[in-house]
Amino acid sequence: MGGWAIAVHGGAGVDPNLPLERQEQAKVLLTRCLNIGISALRSSLPAIDVVELVVRELESDPLFNSGRGSALTEKGTVEMEASIMDGHGRRCGAVSGVTTVKSPVSLARLVMEKSPHSYLAFSGAEELRPPTGGVEMVDNEYFITEENVGMLQLAKEANTILFDYRIPTVGFDKCSAVVENPLQMNGLPISVYAPETVGCVVVDGEGRCAAATSTGGLMNKMSGRIGDSPLIGAGTYACEVCGVSCTGEGEAIIRGTLAREVAAVMEYKGLGLQEAVDYVVKERLDQGKAGLIAVSRNGEVAYGFNCIGMFRGCATQDGFMEVGIWE
Amino acid sequence: MGWAIALHGGAGDIPVTLPPERRVPREATLRRCLDIGVAALQSKRSPLDVVELVVRELENCPHFNAGRGSVLTSDGTVEMEACIMDGKTKKCGAVSGLTTVVNPISLSRLVMEKTPHIYLAFDGAEAFAREQGVETLDRSHFITAENIERLKQAKEANRVQLDYTLPTPKEQAKETIVAEGDSQIGTVGCVAVDNNGNLATATSTGGLVNKMVGRIGDTPIIGAGTYANSLCAVSATGKGEAIMRATVARDVAALMEYKGLSLKEATAYVIEECAPKGTAGLVAVSAKGEVTMQFNTTGMFRACATEDGYSEMGIWPSV
Repeated sequence: MGGWAIAVHGGAGVDPNLPLERQEQAKVLLTRCLNIGISALRSSLPAIDVVELVVRELESDPLFNSGRGSALTEKGTVEMEASIMDGHGRRCGAVSGVTTVKSPVSLARLVMEKSPHSYLAFSGAEELRPPTGGVEMVDNEYFITEENVGMLQLAKEANTILFDYRIPTVGFDKCSAVVENPLQMNGLPISVYAPETVGCVVVDGEGRCAAATSTGGLMNKMSGRIGDSPLIGAGTYACEVCGVSCTGEGEAIIRGTLAREVAAVMEYKGLGLQEAVDYVVKERLDQGKAGLIAVSRNGEVAYGFNCIGMFRGCATQDGFMEVGIWE
Repeated sequence: MGWAIALHGGAGDIPVTLPPERRVPREATLRRCLDIGVAALQSKRSPLDVVELVVRELENCPHFNAGRGSVLTSDGTVEMEACIMDGKTKKCGAVSGLTTVVNPISLSRLVMEKTPHIYLAFDGAEAFAREQGVETLDRSHFITAENIERLKQAKEANRVQLDYTLPTPKEQAKETIVAEGDSQIGTVGCVAVDNNGNLATATSTGGLVNKMVGRIGDTPIIGAGTYANSLCAVSATGKGEAIMRATVARDVAALMEYKGLSLKEATAYVIEECAPKGTAGLVAVSAKGEVTMQFNTTGMFRACATEDGYSEMGIWPSV
């Protein structure tokens, strides 16, 4: 047994021109969340509790694209999604289309523990009211920040420059004269793209792995769009071997079943954690851009990404700690 | 290398005493859908077209739990979901929470081909259906008398379970459901491969009887109920929550890719080792034109055919 380990992320695909002040804010938030996780692990909380706790904290801070601060749909509303998985027993819960529940990750946990199902969406998710209570509700306005209202405007303008139904990553060469910033994620110029899905993976002192991911999704998304974050095996996965949370171009992550893949190459190919992460980022993303964080039951921690930057932080029991954005 | 096709109409506790009036129409539909698929492959339609075509037919049949004939939520409504995936390009589309779309599988294909997204759900998916002009019908079209009765029985069984915490009545309640037979099953799916090794898969379902409104199962989830790549195409059915957790469809492909297992070995491993007993069944084809249909439940409505003339149709384990 290698002791506990934790990693957090705040999204992959960062605008290289992101103001330094914003970079600093992100690092402060990641460090704070990491410290919350570390002290929970030191007080022997199980991995599943720790990932929920850390993601709740990220959701309540408006900086990243989850909970408060979520990206807006084309209608200007917030539709959040989240999932959580306990590697110990492979139990999981997921939610999509959440509009008034303050902490989507905690609602995902309730789906896992208090419903006969694994995944609830839209009104069904909103109406999940366990008799024990514990679901804090807020107005949809709570999640909407002024900054994101402006971003939605920019995204709409960028979209009108392009075309309504784009096939991702095709057509940009031809449009690059029009688009000021050729860097793009998910079909949007990177300055508009809201990458900052959040996630946390933890292995506790007893070798139990867990993972959780939460997001507002894509800026200017169609209402009803589901991305990779709530999908078990795509954005989130945990089993006896490891815990994984992904972020980036959702459609590429879904096609690549990215989170499950890290576990699958460890189980079926015998790769180590870092090897598995590197293999998956290199071989399973095709053209897509994404990043992921992972922990193994042996207390290792790893991350990988194939785009410019990923907000991330990690720490292990033996005192290693790192918070970073760029390579 | 020849073409191959397999389809299913759900796996679960199908009682061997299933009355002929429930068995015969399903067998007839399986046979008819297999013939449609075989004819389409023989006339060189792409596997993606073939799986869509076959699943549309299955959705139109009220005896299976997809499209018309979908089982009902706890509110007595229908919420359908479907998923389609092309093996070569790994392009895919999925929909959930449909209430008026006659053929959910075709809408999932439109999500794949006409939107930058993969997965649309509930009101957004319905709005997209209107925008694309696909055939829609009143919600009542999808609701059959049989499913109203199934919901009633499921609710009664649940009430018994809630009222008595002692194990004995619980068991009795379970028996009632089993005696009723095939209430939880009937998800439909199809996988196909052509002479050039192009693969595709499609799955469609009404979900679970008495499910909570908003419940999403394994069917629309890439890697759980549905998956195809350049090696194989898989469509799974059974207890959604278990299939999701075990990423059943992707694991068949992963075992072939990473462990070098054959299609039959990979599916056998997933069905025997990964998915708990009584929870899953699947149909799969490989790029080489192999076909397999496996399940760890009492039965699975299934049929398959290959170019060299092999054909099989069944419900319970073949002896």
